[in-house]
Amino acid sequence: MNKKKIMSRIVSILVYALVAVFFIWAISNSYFDYIFSESGTFLHLLKQHLQLVLVSSLLAVVVALPVGILVTRRSFRRAEWIVSNTVNLGQTIPSLAVLALMISILGIGFKTAVFALFIYSLLPMYRNTVAGIDSIDENLIDAARGMGMKPIQILFRIELPNASYSILAGIRTAVVLNIGTAALAYVVGGGGLGVWIFTGIQLFDNGYLISGAIPVTLLAIFVDYLLRLLERKIVPKGSKPPQET
Amino acid sequence: MITFDQTTKTYEGGVTAVNGVDFTVDKGNIVVLLGPSGCGKTTLLRMVNRLETISDGSITIDGEDSMSLDQIALRRKIGYVIQSNGLFPNMTIEENVMIVPDLLGWKKKEKRERFNKLMEMIGLSGEKFGKRYPHELSGGQQQRIGVIRALAADPPVMLMDEPFGALDPIIREKIQDEFLQIQREVKKTILFVSHDIDEAIKMADKIVLLRGGEVMQYDTPSEMLVRPKNEFVREFFGKDRAIKSLSLHTIKDLQEVIGLVNVDETIEDTITIHIRHDLRNTLSMLLNQEADQVIVVDDDDHRLGAITIDLVQKYLHFEIKAKPTLVQKG
Repeated sequence: MNKKKIMSRIVSILVYALVAVFFIWAISNSYFDYIFSESGTFLHLLKQHLQLVLVSSLLAVVVALPVGILVTRRSFRRAEWIVSNTVNLGQTIPSLAVLALMISILGIGFKTAVFALFIYSLLPMYRNTVAGIDSIDENLIDAARGMGMKPIQILFRIELPNASYSILAGIRTAVVLNIGTAALAYVVGGGGLGVWIFTGIQLFDNGYLISGAIPVTLLAIFVDYLLRLLERKIVPKGSKPPQET
Repeated sequence: MITFDQTTKTYEGGVTAVNGVDFTVDKGNIVVLLGPSGCGKTTLLRMVNRLETISDGSITIDGEDSMSLDQIALRRKIGYVIQSNGLFPNMTIEENVMIVPDLLGWKKKEKRERFNKLMEMIGLSGEKFGKRYPHELSGGQQQRIGVIRALAADPPVMLMDEPFGALDPIIREKIQDEFLQIQREVKKTILFVSHDIDEAIKMADKIVLLRGGEVMQYDTPSEMLVRPKNEFVREFFGKDRAIKSLSLHTIKDLQEVIGLVNVDETIEDTITIHIRHDLRNTLSMLLNQEADQVIVVDDDDHRLGAITIDLVQKYLHFEIKAKPTLVQKG
């Protein structure tokens, strides 16, 4: 136990050291300068990036959650494998290919990017919703029915609260992945911080590359943290998993 | 009162789980559905609150055909306790216990009062436990909460599906006693599923012994032990059924019929036993030879006499075997 603790301490110190070294290297080479010298463009790209993530994630939540809930109803059980496989299929196509495919349908621009990101977010959200509801002890539902709860009451008072940890974790995973994937929106002319990243790659300009990539990373970390806080607020105390990291 | 009239359950594939069951649970009685696994006891229980549909025949509750009632309203009038306690982890103890009153739209103050009263019944502090979550309680406490949750809206009928089956023997015994104590106060009409013969004998006013979905015998525990109707019943209760039947009688019963022997003051190695002790435990105490003489005392510690193995045997022979119908459960 103690040995493990020491090891994990050493690893975390090493990681922090590496991050520090990277930043010192980047700053000493003034790679972050574009953020300040072209702050207008930077803020514009950041706003685009956030819009891409927000719109696509919201759409995915609005679709994935109800579908996940519907599929776990008794009468729709049989449809589950069809829906699951369809959603899985969406995930198996490489993200670049999804983007390319969408160009031929929706053309170039924001809409195409949002659509591709939306498709990509569905699976984690849907799968965690179904898994969360499925993991609820069958006896609890039996007890609830036996006490005279209506199906809608069982859903909102028992199933959703007890599945909330899993559902929210699915949303968090999808959103964080989405922030990274949204950098590819540049490829279909969707804008976002990917513009600087790809510019950096094409011009062999580390400055553009890092000024685009690091804010994306920090954004992902920050949003992950925010959503964890939200989870802590929403998930009922009694149904939290015993060990939280 | 619950009446089963030719109640039958046939599944889609043609399997019959319950076949033409006929019996009546009298008001205020505990009837235990007993039998080997797969005998249809749980299915029969779940047909009462219509968690299972009734294929044929009927179940009447307080004179009303259960099929004529609204399913949701029917269930809210029937307490339901299951083996795995079924407490909702996302709700506090108080919210859990007050679910049915809440569904029925009770006022906040009524609910609080009822909750405290129920908690008092099981000897737990409502104040202390009300805000806690189920996982913070021990298995025994959770099961007790499960029982009072079923009692919350004061339903006339209760269904209990192996409610104490998951508990360890010592706690199970304690909670059984506690529940019988509560039952003396609340006098519910209870249908109780069990696979434990000892539990059935202890809890039941009457036992329904099932096999393959059919009733083998419906009788009081003592009658069933002493006069099994057929080979299955005889075998089910086993060769030691005479000894089992002793747990239905106390030393007091024995004293009233054949009396005790006088205390031999010269014997120093003695042990005392309370007069309301059941004869089965008394017998095992005698057989274990914990002391040379076992002295029976009453509530005030007065020595009433001594009990011996011979006396128990005599009682078993003359009383239980000869006049089984006179024996009533204390």
